[in-house]
Amino acid sequence: MSVHLLVDFGSTYTKLTAVDMKKERIVGTSRAMTTVKTDVLEGFNQALEKLEKAHPRMGEITTVSACSSAAGGLKMAAIGLVEELTAEAAKRACLGAGALVEHVFSHHLGKKEIKQLKQADIDIILLAGGTDGGNQECILHNARKLAEAKLDVPIIVAGNKDAADEIDAVLSEKNIEYYIVDNVMPKLKQLQVEAAKKVIRRIFINKIIEGKGIKKAEEKTGEIIMPTPEAVLNAAELLSKGHEDMEGFGDLIVIDVGGATTDVHTIGQGVPKRAEVILKGLQEPFAKRTVEGDLGVRHSANALVSLVSEYEFQKYYENGEDERADEEMIEDAVKRRQEEVDYLPDSDEEKAFDQALARICADYSMSRHVGQVEVVYTPLGNMYYQTGKDLTEIEYVIGTGGVLINAEDPKGILEEVQHKSDKKLELRPRDAEYLIDELYIMAAMGLLAQKAPRLALKLLKRHLK
Amino acid sequence: MVSLHTVVIGVIGADVHAVGNKIIEHVLKEHGFNVVNIGVLSSQEDFISAAIETDADAILISSLYGHGEMDCKYMKENCVEAGLSHVKLYVGGNIVVGKQDFKDVEQRFKKMGFDRVYPPGSDIEEAARQLKEDLEQ
Repeated sequence: MSVHLLVDFGSTYTKLTAVDMKKERIVGTSRAMTTVKTDVLEGFNQALEKLEKAHPRMGEITTVSACSSAAGGLKMAAIGLVEELTAEAAKRACLGAGALVEHVFSHHLGKKEIKQLKQADIDIILLAGGTDGGNQECILHNARKLAEAKLDVPIIVAGNKDAADEIDAVLSEKNIEYYIVDNVMPKLKQLQVEAAKKVIRRIFINKIIEGKGIKKAEEKTGEIIMPTPEAVLNAAELLSKGHEDMEGFGDLIVIDVGGATTDVHTIGQGVPKRAEVILKGLQEPFAKRTVEGDLGVRHSANALVSLVSEYEFQKYYENGEDERADEEMIEDAVKRRQEEVDYLPDSDEEKAFDQALARICADYSMSRHVGQVEVVYTPLGNMYYQTGKDLTEIEYVIGTGGVLINAEDPKGILEEVQHKSDKKLELRPRDAEYLIDELYIMAAMGLLAQKAPRLALKLLKRHLK
Repeated sequence: MVSLHTVVIGVIGADVHAVGNKIIEHVLKEHGFNVVNIGVLSSQEDFISAAIETDADAILISSLYGHGEMDCKYMKENCVEAGLSHVKLYVGGNIVVGKQDFKDVEQRFKKMGFDRVYPPGSDIEEAARQLKEDLEQ
């Protein structure tokens, strides 16, 4: 038997998934607390022991691959010229590569921004600005400022190609680690993030893993090949597109409600479905990821609750006969969750509260991710602007992540993303099917897809329910 | 190396007349311009953002539906504010309400900061030549 072991070093748990490559099935999964502070292998070994105990006849592990979001994941800053154009393109490149975007700056960097960059705990800076043949002055200015600042952070330059040689000269003088790649916005509103994403991943593998104390794991696991969110995005893309003659699911959404953030991934063009709708703004990536830093059910519980009024909160809170959550109860429940981030609800009331929090996360993250239409009254009749993706015809909404998987009613949380009468202008799914990643294998399958896409697709189709 | 002049073109406001816009793009390209066409239903901000990123030398605004004067109000001021005071501003089409004396219209738009103003039915070839002259001065 040959077993391929997939490892996800998460911020809280180290999760293992063992796949029997010959019999084409998942042997088992296990998890243990991530131990970055001492030795990351401790947690890994614990999880492995559990797995071997539960499946004594598992067979020999012949290959291992791993992804990681431990020790804060991958943190980046995105810099561009116009906020809605190159700064946004740079941000999307970071998100697509599985990063958390700590700062987004537009136009000329000044002392204030440089100070913020120095203070922030950032792993990589992505510098964009100008279309190819367009503005050079701003990106040159920013490259000089970054060079002077002597930040010990690698810089990826993905802006106007005409400025590349001069930027090369500026940065090479200062002994800075930098990479010059294709422009993230070569033509106006055209998004091209692949080259930047590739370098982000390379830096992540070569350097960042080491800085975060996860490198040691490579003795056991082989190279850690990508940040976990990128693995999830890969799995989503594979599931949507299919592989060779194996059909995929078509356009889909993957939503991951977490303790600190909520991630939304959509796979699909999301182009307007009607002729009188005109698309505005920067081109959308086919596989799009957004991360909401204020939407989470533990670390971010306070920020989350402050988004809704007490009255609105009741709409999300359902607890049998005792339908209302009063202000005092909300305050206590939030405090408990922020102080004790691995808190597990122990009463019906607390379970209902967690469910409500997760529903708010799903609803608000969808509002921010999905495209919107705006009516324009013209002499020729009503026309519509669409910014972002039209997800009305999306077929599947998939829930992953510990919060959703372990929730009392996970589908009830997912249903929050659908079309709502009070959010008519948002292009939300109208008639989707809801699936749950019950075994928590999305990231593992994204990893497996690098090696055996057909098998990864088969297992995803089998286990999403 | 000959460096191309970059021009941003588009139709301003709630105006969806796309045909003339495509013709302008075609003719300007024939004349060797690097054309950035932001299309119909474009706001002042769309023109300005596009001009900043592409380092444009000129912005050509079209309007056919009669509300151009409203839509173009403070365009020059907004360009100056965005650091684009050097960018040439052209406007053309059926840019005012009703039938008005073009001389008055031209004067009003020039006062608003536009460098050239074209009445309905203008020859775009002629405008392309004038644009080249203006930019090479």
